[in-house]
Amino acid sequence: MAKNTIIPFGPQHPVLPEPIQLRLVLDEERVVSAIPVVGYVHRGLEKLAEQKDFLQDTYLIERICGICSFIHSLTYSMGIENMMGLTPPPRAQYLRVIWSELHRMHSHLLATGLLADAFGFENLFMQLWRTREHIMDAMEATTGARVMLGTCCIGGVRKDVSEELLKSVLKTLVTVEKELDEHMPVLLNDYSVKQRMCGVGVLDKQVAYERGAVGPTARASGIAMDLRTQGYAAYGDLDVEPMVETDGDCYARTKVRVRELYQSLNLVRQAIGKIPDGPINVPFKTKPDGEVISRAEQPRGEVLYYLKGNGTDMLERLRVRTPTFANIPPVLAMLAGCELADVGVIVISIDPCISCTER
Amino acid sequence: MINNVENITVDNLLDKVASKMPLGFRFVTMTCVDCGEHFDILYHFDKNYELSNFRLSLKKGESLPSISGLIFAALVVENEIQDLFGVKVTGLVLDYEGRFLLTETAPERPLCRVPGVMMVEAGKPAEAAEVK
Repeated sequence: MAKNTIIPFGPQHPVLPEPIQLRLVLDEERVVSAIPVVGYVHRGLEKLAEQKDFLQDTYLIERICGICSFIHSLTYSMGIENMMGLTPPPRAQYLRVIWSELHRMHSHLLATGLLADAFGFENLFMQLWRTREHIMDAMEATTGARVMLGTCCIGGVRKDVSEELLKSVLKTLVTVEKELDEHMPVLLNDYSVKQRMCGVGVLDKQVAYERGAVGPTARASGIAMDLRTQGYAAYGDLDVEPMVETDGDCYARTKVRVRELYQSLNLVRQAIGKIPDGPINVPFKTKPDGEVISRAEQPRGEVLYYLKGNGTDMLERLRVRTPTFANIPPVLAMLAGCELADVGVIVISIDPCISCTER
Repeated sequence: MINNVENITVDNLLDKVASKMPLGFRFVTMTCVDCGEHFDILYHFDKNYELSNFRLSLKKGESLPSISGLIFAALVVENEIQDLFGVKVTGLVLDYEGRFLLTETAPERPLCRVPGVMMVEAGKPAEAAEVK
């Protein structure tokens, strides 16, 4: 009779960019179940947010994550604006979309690059990250920062972008698209790559829904869910639809991200083509009072902010539910029954962000 | 300002939650808010991008029945609430016993405003306050 073995996967592991441990219960080489162990990078940001005023919180919560930082501050700002009855000007809404989609592109390039690294294709990893640098340069040119943009604020954005710079972003996108056209067939069609991803880590649609999967993880299992379709910021003026695949495996999750990369290219172009002139923020004198829930679509999926104000500068409660937090139960379902050698690729295929998860 | 909120109690929590899933709702998350004498526990569900919420008022010191037996996805957020607020969640399918996010040397229940204990105040250095 076979005896189960428990081995620790992480917290430090070559395929993991951030620390998380999975205690894998193995029957020989097959995973029977997995127990997540987190807490290595918990920073207590929700507690710290209670000690900063609601304007400072805009920049604090941007530091929850280095990949989707702008979308954190955007979701938070939308919640506070909802509480205070503010409507940011149209130009600010379009700039918010442009920076959100640039973030999505650099996040998806980072994720697909890490995936390539996880299955041993280092050259592809470097090519994808080289392309990502163009996006980082575009963010630096338009905001002055590569990671923590610091441009989103309550009532709009802090910084305008000139027509000249918007044209330079369009030029950058031409370069990015050309490079994507070269790299993506390798990622999607290479025999060895498909061997590592097709049929691996399958997440059934029903299980994905029951376990609360979000973002590309949910969409790759056939769930057509993308909060951008609800029209927050300027998405209501743009053509956006969920990118859905149905196989639910690592390959499907990668394919969703590849399609979303092209979708983001298109959305930035649409936004730059339609962006109106005008002010970039609205002044306000009120303080947040009441409670709201604000949601947006991050590169990894739905992020939720619960905010409770009391009419003072300080919030009573700021709660964040990040997409990777929601994707932990689904990944446990993916791991059950897989081969030990596939664990790294499966975990990376959900594009986990542990800093987001633990805050 | 949150729409679609239904107040529930500890007694009917499991029945109410069980009634959501057959209707096609997706479990989104839970939120715990310290309201002084009690906690507000909010359960968020989504269907077609519309949130539907339950609000449970839990007296401090009372335990909260886990819904992880009905919705496995709830186990992570229930363990987090147990860590950060010191709410005892009973019936968890996987109980980290207060050590899900927090290490052994971390402050206990850091988000719980315990009556009689001075919490960290805005503008003051954290080491000046006593956090238990």
